Amino acid sequence: MNANVSINKSNSVSIRELSLSFGSVTVLENLNLDIRDGEFLVLLGSSGCGKSTLLNCIAGLLEPTEGQIFIKDKNVTWEEPKDRGIGMVFQSYALYPQMTVEKNLSFGLRVAKLPKDEIDRRVARAAGILQIEPLLKRKPAELSGGQRQRVAIGRALVRDVDVFLFDEPLSNLDAKLRSELRVEIKRLHQSLKNTMIYVTHDQIEALTLADRIAIMKSGVIQQLDDPQTIYNRPRNKFVAGFIGSPSMNFLKGELADEGGKPVFKTNGVTFSLAGYETSQPLTAGRKVTLGVRPEHIQVDGDIAGEVHEAVVEIEEPMGADNLLWLKYAGHTMSVRIGGARRYAPGTKVRLAFDMTLASLFDAETEDRI
Amino acid sequence: MDKTLTMAPSVTSATSRLEAGPQGKRPRKVLSSRNIIVYGLLGLAALYYLLPLYVMVVTSLKGMPEIRLGNIFSPPMEITFEPWVKAWAEACTGLNCDGLSRGFWNSVRITIPSVIVSIAIASVNGYALANWRFKGSEVFFTILIVGAFIPYQVMIYPIVIVLREMGLYGTIYGLILVHSIFGMPIQTLLFRNYFVSLPEELFKAARIDGAGFWQIYFRIMLPMSLPIFVVSMILQTTGIWNDFLFGVVFTRPDTYPMTVQLNNIVNSVQGVKEYNVNMAATLLTGAVPLIVYFISGRLFVRGIAAGAVKG
Repeated sequence: MNANVSINKSNSVSIRELSLSFGSVTVLENLNLDIRDGEFLVLLGSSGCGKSTLLNCIAGLLEPTEGQIFIKDKNVTWEEPKDRGIGMVFQSYALYPQMTVEKNLSFGLRVAKLPKDEIDRRVARAAGILQIEPLLKRKPAELSGGQRQRVAIGRALVRDVDVFLFDEPLSNLDAKLRSELRVEIKRLHQSLKNTMIYVTHDQIEALTLADRIAIMKSGVIQQLDDPQTIYNRPRNKFVAGFIGSPSMNFLKGELADEGGKPVFKTNGVTFSLAGYETSQPLTAGRKVTLGVRPEHIQVDGDIAGEVHEAVVEIEEPMGADNLLWLKYAGHTMSVRIGGARRYAPGTKVRLAFDMTLASLFDAETEDRI
Repeated sequence: MDKTLTMAPSVTSATSRLEAGPQGKRPRKVLSSRNIIVYGLLGLAALYYLLPLYVMVVTSLKGMPEIRLGNIFSPPMEITFEPWVKAWAEACTGLNCDGLSRGFWNSVRITIPSVIVSIAIASVNGYALANWRFKGSEVFFTILIVGAFIPYQVMIYPIVIVLREMGLYGTIYGLILVHSIFGMPIQTLLFRNYFVSLPEELFKAARIDGAGFWQIYFRIMLPMSLPIFVVSMILQTTGIWNDFLFGVVFTRPDTYPMTVQLNNIVNSVQGVKEYNVNMAATLLTGAVPLIVYFISGRLFVRGIAAGAVKG
């Protein structure tokens, strides 16, 4: 469905049938990806899924075995990194240790032999945007992690490029700084409106920053959608399990027909599938997995619809939220409720499942039904 | 604020909150068995290495009559620098009687260009092997490493022929060429391993910034690699200065390096064995590597340990 949209808007980066293998190991295979102008695209996946490799291909630091890369409708497959109109920010900051912040920012411009006043103007602008003016005369060793990453972003900024590439830029920072810089990167994107491609394994970063997320597994994009769709309508079981913490509850069972309406049966209990949207026929007897997120299960109170009963096994209070681990029909399930509501282990609770937000996956293919 | 005010008196008061018994830093006995073993062994090792040096220094400062008394460990009764002067400027080797000075200057003229050429080439090699992986770079590297393990003696005769054909046999330039080539495998390995230890993202960042092969080498890599250059310089300087085999094979008497000349002085069979002159000559020859090490030793250790510290 997104393919239709991308025709109308101009593409900033296009990847066509890209493959890359190191010897006999294939990292990327026949990968296609269109990134719109001004879009914030996050490549999300666990380590070794090929997301950084893809980013390095776009940057020109790795040569693809097959396929093409277009940036601003120009075929850059054989271009040098500097000629691609990209800036890149690395996980380890990669600041030149012997140069001051100012020299770090201006290195690329000095290499390109830009006039002095132009260099000064651009460095001043980047330093202003990132509020690192007081640091300009310092060496990277004298900066904190957050400041270093700001400088690294500044180095991409001064290049005045169309596309920004981020390779896990926040992974080396502690949790507090990470959330601060995350907001800052979002603010930067909103004011600059550049295309940004951001690699991360952190789903919170992906969900908060992205216009669209591409979830990758073994070199293949599993789903490319906006965060909302990825979260609520995962295309397959991998995506469903990867996104969300604690992860989605999966109940194995099969479809059945009860009075002309499709239901889901597992270990002797029956779930009505009323409200579940699908284009496929819900044939009775089909082996499926039902996926429900912990926050899409209602507990006690004035719950609507079909009611199930379960027993609380463990309670994990997390401040704002309270996570209950329940035993139900032979399955262990997690349920997220408000932090103020407490349940002692052993308590019986009543549950209602929100089928409009649930997911059904084929047991064989693990694709969404 | 309140809390610290009320706390302060109780800390300073005589009635300490501490209980009797062990408190603070644990006292350590100076004469513990551990200390005795450690310092004893270190002392023995130092003695083992320093005693011959002591004998050499003492002997070189004695006159021949005093040496004939045979007390090699006793300090000189009458200090004389005569042997040093003779070793440097008067001792005879073959037809020349101008001492080690000729060999010293030959060695200087051999060592300096050899060190510069081999380090310059090896550092670029190492950088290329570490950062610019090209087709066959692994094979090239393996060949280079194998080269480091082939005994020099095997290659001497072929090299003599090659140098003769090039018209360089017997000249200082021939020896410089040989030293530069033979230093290459181990030096390249040294530089490659150092450059590999530098964060790869730094190299990538420089490429994004548009720097090319030489710009990255000179503006990014070189400024970060002073320690490894010092290590390499020390290894090469001492190695080339101390070389005897290549010196004696590839040069002629008037271009002999210091080590070969030293050998000729010490092993000359005519006349009286002048032990004091021999000792002085040996000390003079060994002085250069020793001085190089003392000056740059600290950097040497830093360079060897450089991989341990994150860049």
